[in-house]
Amino acid sequence: MADVTFTVDGKQLTAPAGTLLLEACKSAGIEVPAFCYYPGISLKAACRMCVVRIEKMPKLQTACTTPVAEGMVVQTETPEIAQARKATLQLLLGNHPLDCPVCDAGGECELQDMTFKYGAATSFYAEPKHHREEQKWSPVVYYDRPRCILCYRCISMCGEGMDVFALGIQNRGSSSVVAPNVPAQMSPDDLAHVDCEQCGMCIDACPVGALTSGTYRYKTRPWEMNHVSTICTHCGDGCKTTLGVRSTSDGSEIVRGDNRDKSGINGDFLCNKGRYAFDFANNETRLTQPLVRQPNGELKPVSWEAALDLVGKKFRELRDTRGGKSIGVIGSNRTTNEESYLLQKFARTVLGTNNIDHHRTADYVAFAQGLAGKAGLTASLNDTLTAPAIMILGGDPTIQAPGTAWNIRTNVRNKRARLYIANSSEIKLRRQAKAFAHIAPFSYGALASFIAGDDSATDSLTHAGADAASFHSFRDAVRAEESLLVLIGSEIRGADLKRLLAFGTTMPNRKFALLSDYVNSRGAADMGLLPDLLPGYTPLAGNTTFAEYNTPSAPGLDMLEIFEAAGKGELSALYVVGANPISRYGVDPSSLANTFVVVQDMFLTETAAIADVVLPAANLYEKSGSVTNSYGDLQLVSKAGDRAGVRTDFEMIVRIADKMGANMQALVPFGKGTRADMGQSRGAQSGEADRHAVWLTANHLEPKLSPFDPFAILDEIQRLVPGYNLMRLQLLSGNDQHLEPAAGNLVQIANRRDLVLPANDSLFTSGTLGRYSAMLSDLQHNESLRPPTGLTQIQTAAD
Amino acid sequence: MSTVANTIFSPETAARFDHLVTIYPLKRSALVPMLLYAQDEIGYVSDAVVAEIAERIGLLELDVRNVLSYYSMLRTKPAGKYNVQVCTNISCMLRGGYEILDHCKAKLGIGHKGVTPDGVFSLEEVECIGACCWAPAIQINYDFHDDLTPEKVDVLFQIYRDGQGKDEK
Repeated sequence: MADVTFTVDGKQLTAPAGTLLLEACKSAGIEVPAFCYYPGISLKAACRMCVVRIEKMPKLQTACTTPVAEGMVVQTETPEIAQARKATLQLLLGNHPLDCPVCDAGGECELQDMTFKYGAATSFYAEPKHHREEQKWSPVVYYDRPRCILCYRCISMCGEGMDVFALGIQNRGSSSVVAPNVPAQMSPDDLAHVDCEQCGMCIDACPVGALTSGTYRYKTRPWEMNHVSTICTHCGDGCKTTLGVRSTSDGSEIVRGDNRDKSGINGDFLCNKGRYAFDFANNETRLTQPLVRQPNGELKPVSWEAALDLVGKKFRELRDTRGGKSIGVIGSNRTTNEESYLLQKFARTVLGTNNIDHHRTADYVAFAQGLAGKAGLTASLNDTLTAPAIMILGGDPTIQAPGTAWNIRTNVRNKRARLYIANSSEIKLRRQAKAFAHIAPFSYGALASFIAGDDSATDSLTHAGADAASFHSFRDAVRAEESLLVLIGSEIRGADLKRLLAFGTTMPNRKFALLSDYVNSRGAADMGLLPDLLPGYTPLAGNTTFAEYNTPSAPGLDMLEIFEAAGKGELSALYVVGANPISRYGVDPSSLANTFVVVQDMFLTETAAIADVVLPAANLYEKSGSVTNSYGDLQLVSKAGDRAGVRTDFEMIVRIADKMGANMQALVPFGKGTRADMGQSRGAQSGEADRHAVWLTANHLEPKLSPFDPFAILDEIQRLVPGYNLMRLQLLSGNDQHLEPAAGNLVQIANRRDLVLPANDSLFTSGTLGRYSAMLSDLQHNESLRPPTGLTQIQTAAD
Repeated sequence: MSTVANTIFSPETAARFDHLVTIYPLKRSALVPMLLYAQDEIGYVSDAVVAEIAERIGLLELDVRNVLSYYSMLRTKPAGKYNVQVCTNISCMLRGGYEILDHCKAKLGIGHKGVTPDGVFSLEEVECIGACCWAPAIQINYDFHDDLTPEKVDVLFQIYRDGQGKDEK
């Protein structure tokens, strides 16, 4: 829209017509306080804090609801306005307990800040305060009515933002309360509860301490924590979560996860897992000592040196006697790119095997091959917020990728994006959809064919609930879109995926993304944790990029073949890094009886329990590096927590290679830069080192000082992996950058097994790791207490 | 169509509700009248009433409760057979409204929003009922009684207790 010019506090400002005065002031660095206003959700004008004086308008006007107009003259700070705000604060404080010294929000409370600013500490209102007991709405959401200022932010956040509508305002006047959707009289325990997705966005939006989180409340104060922004380890969206950490006697404990600075790829959003499910790190059953199986069959704690010695010696011996081909390696969806890259390099160059795989949660190989040689066709997570039209084929972002779902809802609500969904289930996002194609179960292959233009596929799609005509009108509407973002669920894979992409790439202005399940599922595939492909989906045979690897050119064994080999007694050793294949793939533990099994994990999982050596690992919140989300957005992981006794997977791989007598300079190219230890590889201050690294990089002084420095491997990733031509400053500044897979246009194996096993995590599970999160267990229990009430079910937009 | 299969209301009320949702530009405008009619029929707004009205209008139960809790004339607990509403706004207050209220409390042995153990009477202190000219006034169910004194109230209660009172809904 055209720009208008107006004056605020004597400064001439320009903003697009239609901009809210409050936002225009914010852009110009003029602070107009507001409690009820929150960008992107509907306007309330309930709190009256943002009142300003606009010339030629009667009375004070609310800046949050006034669009700027040509020639408008505004005053935002005059004695009159200060008095009005002070009076508002006095009313808000009328029943407010002023228990700031114990309140969670104390120190980061908007009401506290305003009270200090406008000096409303003394009040005309001397009546007794109206007290109510706090309510526990769920294991993670608590409500303290006396602190509530009834700003409506939580209600809008839950309704408009999350499309859950679990909160409302009840009663009237000073007895008003925020009420959850399960009233006390309908609850088995006679207490009010929320039946919702437990995302905690209400807590995030609360300007005061009325809504508090079950994980954090009354534990510490905001200024007593260090705040480290890193990437959530759970789903494939890769949201930034800011972890509040505090020193303990054995490291550094994470006490809070939130979306503190909203600077990440996730914008305003963070779901329950990013917010609460960091507590696996503090689980009592966590391993902190290496365990080695004794002749009597028991796992016994030993020193790190002894355990690594044993692993190095055995790996070397088995490689030399039975050959690299007899060794299997399984990587993780939750380790950093550097660790995944190092693991496959270690497997290929030190162990001499291509028998390496990981739990594949989406078919990135077919995705990369389908888009090979075509640049600019992959979508970033940011695109879901701005695309004018989006199609989702399969998947259920609300559950599997809540950040994606949030972006799509926001886009539909604020920018009128058109959403098209084809799914065999009636997923929740269909409420925002312009068209929903309800396909028959297990017909995603047919869906891919149909979208690509094969009309005969409609027979497989149709069922009692939907006829062929509905699919045709769906496809016509999608094809009519001038530009379209296509999100593909993990159900579509292999030949189906390639068929879909082959058609899609012929259409103009199409962008694609394939959704997977864990933080670095995409990175694991990109980094070549695959038996038949090197990093960047580079074929084993005939490539020159990785010539220095000197790796066997025959494809190795995939996940299932590794265990088949074990069953046949052909597997001499199995090296599992951060995975639990015994449980995930239902492997018979006895098949590994004669295999030397080494497991790096945080817990004694089903896989670790049968291992010969268990090495206690650090989790993603306790290390530095980078991860790539489902979309291919690369982000920095910073070390937040710390636990005495554990080591990062990176360090363990390096140490094992060292014990095997490998050439360390070849494995990790370190020691070529400035020789000084900046400490970024270890210690509680590693986050500091990362900031220091920003300065170093800007001055062309990148130190790769130790073999434990993940950035030494990042250098190699940047140098060798097709598509990973990343911008280092962008990464180190904590920003996301979009990378594109770059499969070579070389031989493509036609009948390759995709072996995709979707994780099928719910909102309250997260693979094996999630089982060790007390808060996720509590939330699952909380869900099980109440049969689905249907309270959150509303009719779809289409109805 | 918003017709409900297993309605908890009488056929007349159900038919009235079927019509009610069709006459407003927005369906949810039918919410307050529907709550009032439902209360007249059932005696109070029960959880079942909330559920059925939510279904009829296509709202969440939470939305119905949000509105319901705003209005003091809507109640979520059963009242007595005769709901005595005593006005204590300015005209009635000046003419002895509080004495009437206190007398009712003593006579019935219940307080504001209370129900007698036999369930015959319930008592409420209410805002202006529009009978200022003949203050003090009370309203029993939908019937007005004005220009009252404590003695007249006693007589009135006896009439109702004897089953002679009007029972308008």
